[in-house]
Parts: sequence; structure tokens; C-alpha cells
Amino acid sequence: MSKIQNFLKGIVKENPVLVLILGTCPTLAVSTNVLSALGMGAASTIVLLCSNIVISALRNVIPDKVRIPCYIVLIAGFVTMVQMLVKAFAPALDNALGIYLPLIVVNCIILGRAEMFANKNKVIDSAVDALGMGVGFTLALFLMATIREVFGNGTWLGIEIPVLIDNHISIMTMAPGGFLVFGILIAVVNKVLNNKNPKKEFGCEGCPSADICGKKTCGDKEAE
Amino acid sequence: MTKLIIIMLSAVFINNYVLSRFLGICPFLGVSKKLNQAVGMSLAVIFVMLIATAVTWPIQMFLLEPGNLGYLQTIVFILVIASLVQLVEIILKRYIPSLHKSLGVYLPLITTNCAVLGVTILNIDEGYTFIEAMVNSLGSGLGFFLAMVMFSGVRSVIEGADVPKAFRGLPITLVAASITSLSFLGFSGVIENLFA
Repeated sequence: MSKIQNFLKGIVKENPVLVLILGTCPTLAVSTNVLSALGMGAASTIVLLCSNIVISALRNVIPDKVRIPCYIVLIAGFVTMVQMLVKAFAPALDNALGIYLPLIVVNCIILGRAEMFANKNKVIDSAVDALGMGVGFTLALFLMATIREVFGNGTWLGIEIPVLIDNHISIMTMAPGGFLVFGILIAVVNKVLNNKNPKKEFGCEGCPSADICGKKTCGDKEAE
Repeated sequence: MTKLIIIMLSAVFINNYVLSRFLGICPFLGVSKKLNQAVGMSLAVIFVMLIATAVTWPIQMFLLEPGNLGYLQTIVFILVIASLVQLVEIILKRYIPSLHKSLGVYLPLITTNCAVLGVTILNIDEGYTFIEAMVNSLGSGLGFFLAMVMFSGVRSVIEGADVPKAFRGLPITLVAASITSLSFLGFSGVIENLFA
């Protein structure tokens, strides 16, 4: 796979949010306005890039058995750095993201890419993969935040939109609007990509914990 | 006492972790299909939230803050939670196998659950005392339980519905979650007037 293909797959074919359905919590939570969505996207991309590069560079050093704790420590380290940078240079963004900034640690996209890609591939490829995934994540957040801010608040990046500003639908910026817009977006993506086999369930394939719990599908396992 | 009741009620209903704070969405969507699994997962979450708070709160207050190490919070908390969950799993497996059988499968999944890390960090951010932090964790866990049980009921109805092809699976589940969370909006503002 060429580098360009590797980069592009994160944006459309394997978009982490809309196709792989990873990182749902930050997606729903920070997409109330465009600015914080972009901030969240940028912060996650930086963490993803750093962690993918380092994990890929250390892939022959880290023992297989303790790799998940190692990844978590590395990721938490990078998140702490980003947290400090944001606090120092963009305090407004720090306020807007609040608890979701430290919670990048448990964002499935980052641990998922470490587990699925970085620990098997070379440093450059991992960096390209991280950039693609990061841009895909940011774009998906941007798209959702645009819909929610334009309809829910009547503004876009703070710019007032003539008719909508007087007729905004406040529910869109609240919790139910997040679920609704996300559901409809995934349905649209299913339709557009003409997925012959649309994701039937919220699967475990992408979940980084899948490997720890050793089951391929959440839920169904213990019933039997 | 009133403050404890307010913390409890607002954690369960108003700031419900799943439906208004968007924490712990993965298990909410993944394990809510059957009622017994939803109950098992939620009990495990309540359990882990309580022990995680019981351990991380003293660590923050007696180790990190006196040592000016507040910036290590994220790393320390995630590591403590991860090792705690492992430890609890081993202990349960050895001494209470029946409980391990019903909760054990869900425990590893909770390590990377943002609701657990979220509740420990929020307890610190809000400046709660130890008792308040424990009450908040219990309330958040119960709120998670409530949302899971309610939603598994909603999902069993969707199962039999005739849904457009593109909406099948996850999309319709999210739309249903949207309506469920709409019902929780009705609670906002209740607490302020309850004890006025």
C-alpha cells in the first residue's frame, strides 16, 4: 500500500468515527461547536501521531505480554504534555474541552491504532497512518459540529447565519441532538459507501480491550 | 446531609454519565442488547467506580498534592485503575468464583472505560471531600445502571421493528438513545427547586 493510500484510508474508507465507530464519547461530547471540535481533533491528532511513532519505534523492544500497559503509559504521557500545552497557550480551549482533554487517554482510536497498526509497521508508515486517522477524526468532528452549531445555535465558528439565528433548534446542541446527528450521519455514510454488509452491531473488532478480554464480540460471550 | 442527597440525585438523573455527559458510550451501545448483560456490566461499573474512587482520592490528596505532582494525575490514575481492576479480578477468581462468573467478564473491559477515569478526575475537579466523592461515584454508577437497564428495554423493542436498510444496526440505536436522553432532559432544574 502506497503512502498516499495509507493516508487517505483514514479519511474515507476507514474513517475512525463514521466507519470504524471508535472514539464515540469525545465525538458526541465536544461536537457542540466547531471551535472546540477542531481543538479536540488537533489535540487527539498530536497524541495519536506521537504515540504511533514511539510505539512503532519501540515495537521490537516492548515485550508482547505487557504491551497494553506500556502503550497506556506512553499515551498518558503524551496526553499530559498536550494538556499542559493547551493550558498554557489556549486556556479558553482548555475550558471548553474540560474533562474530555485528559480523557483522550482512553480514546479507543489511539489505543486501537497502536494495537492494530503501529506495533506491526515501520515508523514512517505508522506516522502516515496516524496523520490520516487524525485528519479523519478531525473532519468527522468538524462535520458533526458544523451541523449541530448551524442548526442548534444559528452560528458557524461564531459567525451568525441570517435566518437560522432567529430560528435555532436548541435541542441540537444538547445531548439528544448529539445522538441524533451521529445516528443520521452513520446512516448516510452507510448509504453513500453502499456498504453491502453494514455494521450490524457495535462490534468489538475495533475495541482495544477486545484483545484483553479475548472475545471477538462483546456481550454475546457469557450468555452461552 | 442535604448536600450528599443533592450530589447523589444530580449524579443519577441530571448529569447522567451516559445520557448527558457522554461518558461510557461504548459499553452503553455494546452491552445493552440483553437485560442480564446490561445488569452485569452496570454492577461491575458501580463496583469499579467505588473502589477506583476509594483509591485515587487518597492518592491525589496525600501523595500528588503535597508533592506538587498534580500534573501526573492522568498517568497515575489510569495506571492505578488498570492495576486495580486486574487485582480485583484475580482476587474474585480465587475467593468468590460465583461473583467472578457473573461480573468477571466485564471487568477487563472497564479498564479503558472513560466513565471510570472520568468520575475519578471529576471528583478531584469538583473539590469533593472523601465522603462526597464516594457518594458521587455511587450516584454516577447508579445513573449508568439506570440508563443501561432502560436502554436495554428500548432496544428489545427496536429488534422487532422494520427499519430502513441504511439505519439498521447502530444508526437506529443512536436515534433511540437520542430519544431516551431526551426523556432525561425533563429532570434538569429539578434539583435546584427540590430543597429550596
